[in-house]
Parts: sequence; structure tokens; C-alpha cells
Amino acid sequence: MAYSNKAKDFYEDELNGMHKAGTFKEERFIESPQAANISVEYPVGSAAKEVLNFCANNYLGLSSHPEVVKAAHEGLDSRGYGMSSVRFICGTQDIHDELEKKLSEFLGTEATVLFASCMDANAGVFDVVLGKEDAMISDRLVHASIVDGMRLCKAQLYNYKHSNMDHLEEKLKETQNCRFRMIITDGVFSMDGDIAKLDKIVELGKKYDAMVMVDDSHATGFMGKNGRGTHEHCGVLGEIDIITTTLGKALGGASGGCVSGPREIVDLCRQRARPYLFSNTVPPVIITAANKVIDLISKTTDRRDKLEENTKYFREKITAAGFDIKEGVHPIVPIMLYNAKLAQDMARDMYNEGIYVIGFSFPVVAKGQARIRVQISAGHEKEHLDKAIAAFIKVGEKYKILGKGKKEIIEMYGY
Amino acid sequence: MSEEIKKLIIEYVEKEYLEEEDEQDVDENTPLISSGIVDSFSMVSLKMFLEKKFDIKIPDEKATTEAFDSVNNIMDLLKEFNVS
Repeated sequence: MAYSNKAKDFYEDELNGMHKAGTFKEERFIESPQAANISVEYPVGSAAKEVLNFCANNYLGLSSHPEVVKAAHEGLDSRGYGMSSVRFICGTQDIHDELEKKLSEFLGTEATVLFASCMDANAGVFDVVLGKEDAMISDRLVHASIVDGMRLCKAQLYNYKHSNMDHLEEKLKETQNCRFRMIITDGVFSMDGDIAKLDKIVELGKKYDAMVMVDDSHATGFMGKNGRGTHEHCGVLGEIDIITTTLGKALGGASGGCVSGPREIVDLCRQRARPYLFSNTVPPVIITAANKVIDLISKTTDRRDKLEENTKYFREKITAAGFDIKEGVHPIVPIMLYNAKLAQDMARDMYNEGIYVIGFSFPVVAKGQARIRVQISAGHEKEHLDKAIAAFIKVGEKYKILGKGKKEIIEMYGY
Repeated sequence: MSEEIKKLIIEYVEKEYLEEEDEQDVDENTPLISSGIVDSFSMVSLKMFLEKKFDIKIPDEKATTEAFDSVNNIMDLLKEFNVS
């Protein structure tokens, strides 16, 4: 083994640097299924504690839904545990085809191809459809997986100020001579919960002959009246060229993602997208469960309606309590604290009050933009929301930030 | 000449990276990357601007976050391409 002390010390220093900077990410052990109520062992080795979970992407509360779990069991019994293959050798079952068709219908697209994750979908799609004579024009706050995907693609890279349509138009004018152009954005941005201006983006795409690609991971299943996603919410259903999304959030929360769009692009992904070609098939249990999820949310909008009501209730109450939040309609509710230590301290105190939330600070968000990101779920009942609001008020009073805006919080705690 | 180049780069950074509500001023010493004004992903616009404006090609190994971390650092980088 050539793992020298020199190498070991180097890696150890890297880790120590992260601890010192407060950026080391510690994992907590959950000893129960994912749900609104969870049992958490934290710190590691301590007795498990029952807490309410307000930091999962379990938007529709389907992660441990009995019908979804039952469908997973049925998949395990009827199609086995693993496929021991990539899709194109001997890893495609009838249920994979069924799910791809259901996703296309749900998203309002022509065709869909599954990937092991949306990270993989984003890592693969750009290199398949764009070359060096093309341009990718992306919002500056797109998800890291899109950034990585664009880096793997030879097309010229441009980006525009977050949701700034004038700046996007400038970039579209600048790239008039390219063969193909693609505007690239998240549907919902994960740190602020703000929604891309897809109606304007689609309009600009048409005006300048540019394709539009949207990662709708934080929207599929619940944004829009029928939960189709941000394109439905913005009134541009059927007008997005490429949608990537995940099965790992609202749609049951296990794993897997997809590229959905025109048949040619989807077929090319099957032939050329490297993460698709060289990753194992999404396992049968996930596929049968995801098929059930699509059935459930296609049949009724009850869950997305409940999520909308829960979100509205929490946003109203937490604003009335005097917290400074990013306004909006999305179940991601950022409670702005600006100071990194304050965000960490408050998240810890919330945990002690039985509410599991996470503080985010630089480099995950911009400097001076630290916050606690609360995520609401259809799995939350009103008493869960009330308990979280009461805990926030108690902790907010301790730090004397209720009724305080950005300027005052920064005066008290600094950036 | 170099003062004019500095001014040009500062103007570009302000226009390309600052939002209207940002109260921050940029001068030749303002940290750009380490302060978060320009993130490593958005740096590509600045690189492209410099390449087009001065008709140079900055190789990736020279386009480091350190080299782009202030207008003065960028001026040092440009000197390597005989732009000053």
C-alpha cells in the first residue's frame, strides 16, 4: 500500500481545515423510516430522540407511505432485488418502460429516460445535445449537478445574474452566431425556494431561437395545480424543451432521476449519455414504487393541495411571529439569520426543542446570507407545524431577533 | 494605459456581477472571488471578457481563483500577456 504518511497528513489537514472553518458536514443517524416524526441518534452514541423533521425533501410525505412501501414490496417479489446490469445489456424490465411512459405523460413531454440520479441526468445531458459550436446560457444559481454537467460539455458557457431576464437577453444577443443555444435553469432554486420566471424564459427562448432546459427536482409532483412542476405553475406546460428531475424528493424520495423531452434527445441520451451507459439500472423496487407514486398523484391532488395549505399556514404564522423570511409560495422557507454562527446555534437549539432543521451558510449560500432552511411536507399535520412555530418563537426570543429585519440582525450579530 | 484598463475591468465587474440593490463598491483591491462577488462558476464571463477585449487566450491553468481575486491580480495576469 502506498498510502504514505505524507498523503495521510495532507488529507487529515484538509479535514481539519473544514472543521476549523465550520464547513465539515456531520451525518446524523436516523433510526426510523423517513417521515414527519423521526427518531434520531445525535450525537452519535447517544440515545435516540424523537423529533419532527423539517429538513427533508419529502414534500408529498410519500417516502414511507404504506401504498408506496407495498408497491416496493410487490416489485421486490415480482421482479427481484437487482438487475446486475446496465440498461442496454440486460437491465431493462417492462416496469422501467412503464415508468418512463408515465413520467412523460405526467410531465407533458414526448419521451423520458431514467438515470441513476438527477445528478447523473444533469451530468450527462448537455454533452449529448451540445457541442463546441453551441452555447449554454445558465442562471448563476443553478444546482451543482448542472454546473458539473456543463463543465463536462464542450459548448461555450455563459451565465446570467440570478433570474435577471435583461441579463439573460444580453447573453442571448451575445451568442447569436452559435449553432444551438440552450437556456439552463432550475425550476425552483433550492436555497431560496424562489421560482424561475419560466414564462419569460420561454418567451426569450422563442424570440432568440434558444432551447430551454429546466431541472425541476424541487417542483415535480407538487408545483402547479396538478403538481406537474414549475412549467405548470408558470403556465408554460408543454413549452420546455428538456426537463430533468428526480425520484429522490417528492416522488417517493428513494433515488433515480430522468431526462424528459423530445424523442430524439431522449434516444440520444440512451446512446451517448455516459452516466446512463455506465451506471446500473435503477432497481426494480424503486421502479414499482415510483410507478405507484405517479398513479397516486395523478389520481388526486389531495397531497399537493395539503402541502400548499401547510406551506401557506407556516409562512403566515412564522412571518406574523416576526421572522425575516424569503417571501414566496414554495415549501422551502428560508428563515434569514445572515450570521453563520447564529444559524448554527439556533438550529442546535431547535433540535433541543424537538425540531430538526439545518442552518446553511457560506459556501452553500452567499456570504452574509446564512439561514435556517425549513422544508414543509404534506406529511406534516397542523399540530406539527404549530409545534415548530412555537419552538421557533421560543428560540427566536432567546436570540432577540423577533421583529428584526436584515439590518438589525446584522447590527446585533454581524455577517 | 493601465489605469484605463483597471477602470474598464472594474466597470465590467460592476455591471456583470453586482445587482442594483448591492451597495458595494469595487476598487482595484476588492476581493472578488474570496468575497463571493464572483463565484468560481461565474468567473467564466470575466475570463471571456478579458480574452475578447485584449485578444488573448488565457489557459485554464492560469485562470485560477487567485489570479482573478482582485482587479490588481488580474492586472498582474494580463502583464504576462503583454497587456498593461
